[in-house]
Amino acid sequence: MSDSTPTTSTVDPETVIPAPRPGDPEITPEVVEAHGLSPEEYERVVGVMGRTPTFTELGVFSAMWSEHCGYKNSKRLLSLLPTEAPWVIQGPGENAGVIDVGDGMALAFKIESHNHPSAVEPYQGAATGVGGILRDIFTMGARPIAVLDSLRFGDLDSGRNRYLFAGVVKGVGDYGNCVGIPNIGGEVFFDRAYDGNPLVNAMALGLMKREELIKGEASGTGNPIMAVGARTGRDGIHGATFASEELSEDSDEASRPQVQVGDPFTEKLLLEASLELIRSGHIVGIQDMGAAGVTSSASEMAGRAGSGVELEMADVPVREEGMTPYEILLSESQERMLVAARKGREEDVRKILAKWELEAEVIGEVTDDGYFRILEDGVVVANIPALPLTDGCPTYEREGIEGDDVKEARARDLTEFLAPEGDLTDPFLRLLGSPNIASKRWIYDQFDTTVRTSTVVRPGSDAGVVRLRGSRKAIAATTDCNGRYCWLNPREGAKAAVAEAARNLVCTGALPTAVTNNLNFGNPLKPHIYFQLREAVLGMAEACSLFETPVTGGNVSLFNETDGVAIYPTPVIGMVGLLDDVDQATRAFFTHEGDAILVLGETREEIGGSEYLYREHDLVAGEAPLVDLLAERRLQHAVLGMAQKGLLRSAHDCAEGGLAAALAESAVGGEKALGVKVELTSRLAPVAVFFGESTGRVVLSCAPDDESRVLDTARHHGVPAARIGTVGNEGGAFAIRTPLGSIETSVNEVRTRYFGALPALMERTRSEEPV
Amino acid sequence: MKVAVITFPGSNCDYDCYHALKTLGGFEPEFRWHGDRELKGVDAVFLPGGFSYGDYLRSGAIARFSPIMEAVRDFARSGGPVVGICNGFQVLCEAGLLPGALLANESLLFRSYDIHIRVETLRTPFTSAYERHQVLRIPIAHGDGNYHADDEVLAELEGEDRIVFRYVSPAGDLTPEANPNGSAHHIAGIVNESRNVLGMMPHPERAVEPVLGSTDGAGLFASLRAHLEGALA
Repeated sequence: MSDSTPTTSTVDPETVIPAPRPGDPEITPEVVEAHGLSPEEYERVVGVMGRTPTFTELGVFSAMWSEHCGYKNSKRLLSLLPTEAPWVIQGPGENAGVIDVGDGMALAFKIESHNHPSAVEPYQGAATGVGGILRDIFTMGARPIAVLDSLRFGDLDSGRNRYLFAGVVKGVGDYGNCVGIPNIGGEVFFDRAYDGNPLVNAMALGLMKREELIKGEASGTGNPIMAVGARTGRDGIHGATFASEELSEDSDEASRPQVQVGDPFTEKLLLEASLELIRSGHIVGIQDMGAAGVTSSASEMAGRAGSGVELEMADVPVREEGMTPYEILLSESQERMLVAARKGREEDVRKILAKWELEAEVIGEVTDDGYFRILEDGVVVANIPALPLTDGCPTYEREGIEGDDVKEARARDLTEFLAPEGDLTDPFLRLLGSPNIASKRWIYDQFDTTVRTSTVVRPGSDAGVVRLRGSRKAIAATTDCNGRYCWLNPREGAKAAVAEAARNLVCTGALPTAVTNNLNFGNPLKPHIYFQLREAVLGMAEACSLFETPVTGGNVSLFNETDGVAIYPTPVIGMVGLLDDVDQATRAFFTHEGDAILVLGETREEIGGSEYLYREHDLVAGEAPLVDLLAERRLQHAVLGMAQKGLLRSAHDCAEGGLAAALAESAVGGEKALGVKVELTSRLAPVAVFFGESTGRVVLSCAPDDESRVLDTARHHGVPAARIGTVGNEGGAFAIRTPLGSIETSVNEVRTRYFGALPALMERTRSEEPV
Repeated sequence: MKVAVITFPGSNCDYDCYHALKTLGGFEPEFRWHGDRELKGVDAVFLPGGFSYGDYLRSGAIARFSPIMEAVRDFARSGGPVVGICNGFQVLCEAGLLPGALLANESLLFRSYDIHIRVETLRTPFTSAYERHQVLRIPIAHGDGNYHADDEVLAELEGEDRIVFRYVSPAGDLTPEANPNGSAHHIAGIVNESRNVLGMMPHPERAVEPVLGSTDGAGLFASLRAHLEGALA
């Protein structure tokens, strides 16, 4: 710290009134509005301060009371989610949630969005999204072991959407590949509702010994606060406030400076240095300088510890001359950490950072006065009570009314679309070519999936699995959400997302254990959007409670609108599960000719919100598929029981594209393309039987000798189950029949369509525009 | 048998190599930091994969100036076995210990999946445990794996039986679609003139346990162990 810094003991914090800096704009209603604060919120700021804030202080409030940091529109709803269970070590409120996985080990995991930056600059937006979520994991003391990505884009017939998609995939890939964290799964969904407002949610998992858990707390009066890692520049200033606004046509150019730039090499060094630092015992707390940079990390660390902080801006290592305190406080330059070290250990901290070719500078200290105080060359420029800053953000419960357009779409009579009978091979093959159904290999072939030599189930199956080295155990993870269902019925859609995530895990042989969520919605100030948000949280709460999968944290991304049009409500569920024995890991793909094919669960005449309606009739309408949570739970127990008894050769969740798509995926997704012969007795409309998306169904295969044991297990759990067919030979026929309709083709044709669709769509991009 | 695994800033397969050596047994792996100047009495050296120094200039271009690389050069010149995997292969080319260079993949995309390679020669310390023309399934994960050298060098590599692995179809054929990055002559791995320095793009350390989906990489470690046992006996 510079010599000019006064010590905290000589001042009474409440009497310190910072002088305005020369050149600071005057605080006018326009300046307040430009900072995203309402007149009422500004009044509250004045109330907290007991005076007019300085420009620097206003900037600090603007960031901390944005939706991104303050959760002002979602906090009350989020309190409805279940967050506790005996295995939860750390619930919401920290950098990441943490659960006990036995043997003295703990798993940290979290999902976070980088939607707005990715809409403006897809490559850097996505890359820094991965960087941020990795830092959230290793600041808990955990070594990252896997990442997943949940992505949404508009339809790929638009060049702009292909550009965004290709850039995001490359950004996710390059960052994770360079740091050396395997990508083990995720999802992508294309629909015009995401035109102009793609969603980029990244999830990360990390492993630690229980005793290595460290929190983002700045405790111990007099302990030095150190800035660690990359230097601070002018990038990403007010990113948190930007993320809490709607996008417009002009956002593109004007907002570029608010997008951060990532450096995965520095991240890798920072990762190693941080873990070494945490294990050294030289520090008491550490936090990523993420959204709202120094401001949020310092004030949150003080808030959690009930302490205060005093920081000297002149001591912050910067990479540009002449940065103001306002700019330093709000910069979102990447790959930086804030550390509360133990007094007297500053040199030890510097040494560890220097080993990894990084810097660590003392920029202030922990105080006991409860103030967030900022100095510039010894002169106080901001002096704010820390607790109201972090916890005093006004929270709102708003009016929620369902939109008329949704009511209309849901009431739409779909009878006419159920009419087609007979040969439905053509619509089936077209559906396989939809990027929502087709293989996502084009994406994950760009991701390192096997680094760290622990990946047991790679992307492309229902959930990814990584083994825990040195034990028999393994961890599975998945992300899920169908935005169409959530738009038609946010409560049922959110339940469906939780149910599908849990189904994906049990199909992989894992016990669903805990959830991290990413609530992607439009502008909550609009009643129809707030309605979606409230309903979705209620549905999620109900499902997570029943499944005993508490929510340990996550992220809220509101204001996902472009020119006033909102995305589908997209409450993405990231769920983790445990396998006691890695050998129970089950994949989605048929493995042996002659195996029995079974389906669990009930097929109803449901085509509302289906991919079939969207692709064949350009329609998003009808009731979202019904979710029976009790039936889902019985199904989970049954499938898990079968996996644990080793009865299953494959298990696959039946989702978008219905039973026909699920059978196709199981047939061609594995090492060999195996034929399928299925006879169904259902007299429901064949369109619904083949392509309907009834929830709560799983397609299984087992050795013929195990069929009766599988059926017995299903019956024992009260789950409807039937043998529907047989796995055929390599390159053989692919045939599904009901009394009223049929699909007849070869498995090679299925394979060509399934794997060829996405590369063919993206091949157009390379000839059209640079990516 | 002591084996050094070199860690450059940005290496990310150093622990994978370490674990493979530990898991397969018979080796005592030890990390050596890029800033070290000595290998300290090891019997073999691994240069692991990753993005040394971020690979911002050119893959492997900065790592070759690391203090430890002087020691690796001396070790290689004295006949000690050196294995460079992925980024390690790139570093060996940049350091002049192997000929040629690794360009960006022809697709310009990072490629990560299991490929098949054929063992072309058993006359190396790294392949004696395989059978000639045995086909191995092993993961790749790289953006710059397109092996390039001038015709003279390629003729030399061919003529001197120095191409160790080639990308092939599962059946072992040199089909165009089996080549994941556009490498000349389907080259996946080569040795130097004295046959003690191997560079390869695929990751054998990722294919050493059934739970990882393949054990085809284990033969490389078994070959090295047999070689070192013979040399030490």
